Amino acid sequence: MVKTEINKHIKLLIVIPCYNEEESIGNLLQSLQSLSLPNVSITALPVNDCSKDNTLSVIRKHTSTYLNLPVNLGIGGAVQSGYKYAYKNKFDIAIQLDGDGQHPINEIQNLIQPILNNEADVVIGSRFITKQGFQSSTLRRTGIKYFKNLNRLLLGITITDSTSGFRALNIKALEIVNDYYPDEYPEPEAIVLYHLNNLKIKEIPVVMHERQGGQSSIRSFGSIYYMMKVTLGILFIYLRLKLNGKRHTL
Amino acid sequence: MENVIPFKIQIISIIGSLLFMFFIFRLITKGKLREEYSIVWIFCTITLLVFAIWRNGLDLIAKMLGVYYAPALIFLGAIFAIIIFLVHLSVVNSKQHAQIKLLAQELALLKNKLEEKENENK
Repeated sequence: MVKTEINKHIKLLIVIPCYNEEESIGNLLQSLQSLSLPNVSITALPVNDCSKDNTLSVIRKHTSTYLNLPVNLGIGGAVQSGYKYAYKNKFDIAIQLDGDGQHPINEIQNLIQPILNNEADVVIGSRFITKQGFQSSTLRRTGIKYFKNLNRLLLGITITDSTSGFRALNIKALEIVNDYYPDEYPEPEAIVLYHLNNLKIKEIPVVMHERQGGQSSIRSFGSIYYMMKVTLGILFIYLRLKLNGKRHTL
Repeated sequence: MENVIPFKIQIISIIGSLLFMFFIFRLITKGKLREEYSIVWIFCTITLLVFAIWRNGLDLIAKMLGVYYAPALIFLGAIFAIIIFLVHLSVVNSKQHAQIKLLAQELALLKNKLEEKENENK
């Protein structure tokens, strides 16, 4: 007699966008290999976004499952490649984990729990709910507060950490990002995309670390450009989805 | 005197337009310019040529539109055409950007699949 499984086995993909992360990616992949969650099979998928350093050879040393982009697409394109992989290979959940070691891997269970409980389609790990751990600079926090208010105004939902890349997506959300995902600085824009596609977004508190190596995709000299680009991105994706219906492909 | 200088400039502009047209045709025949983009340029050179030959035409149109200084009409038309064409190029560029992104992603996914198959066969 075959015993039927009570808990459905969940396939989880961890997408790790990497651009010049040779210092931190090795440790990260190693600690992911020793991670185990009950009833969840974990696959780590580093996405090498045409790094100029030895990121690719470090990845190759640790795993044979990875994506290697032939041209540099930026964070949005890299993450979307991972999401496409998840969607095409029928994963149940995909999470984004940055290659610089900022995102805490011991919180992965908490991040996917709302999806397992059917409480949400998209889960975002927020630094600002319990205000513990690495809190980023004052300037950046001001920016994040601004996005919080912008989202509240447009969507009527409160997202305390809209720039957080530490996210989990279920299959419904994956189907949408398989079609379209913003390019540059995608995180705040993606929230609009999810909400207007009627996905349920939930935030959970996480404690983040300071980056172990590499550089943020948002550097100080570009912060004004960043704010403008993201504001425009949010407004345009909002209008586009409002005017053209829910689905969007370029 | 008054008649000589405009005549000189007329010859120069006709020669210039013809050279430009020749240049565009050469680019097309060499396959360096796609036909869809060449239409705009051929249209431009024809306009230039028409006004180079038909000297009074510009004055006539300027008067019709109530433009006091006829050459201003050239600048207006030229700048307008340039802006439209730049927007068109930005649109083309954006489309290509999206296409390249899609191609790069598909390529990475296929490479991954290929390597997986190769590992299985080992």
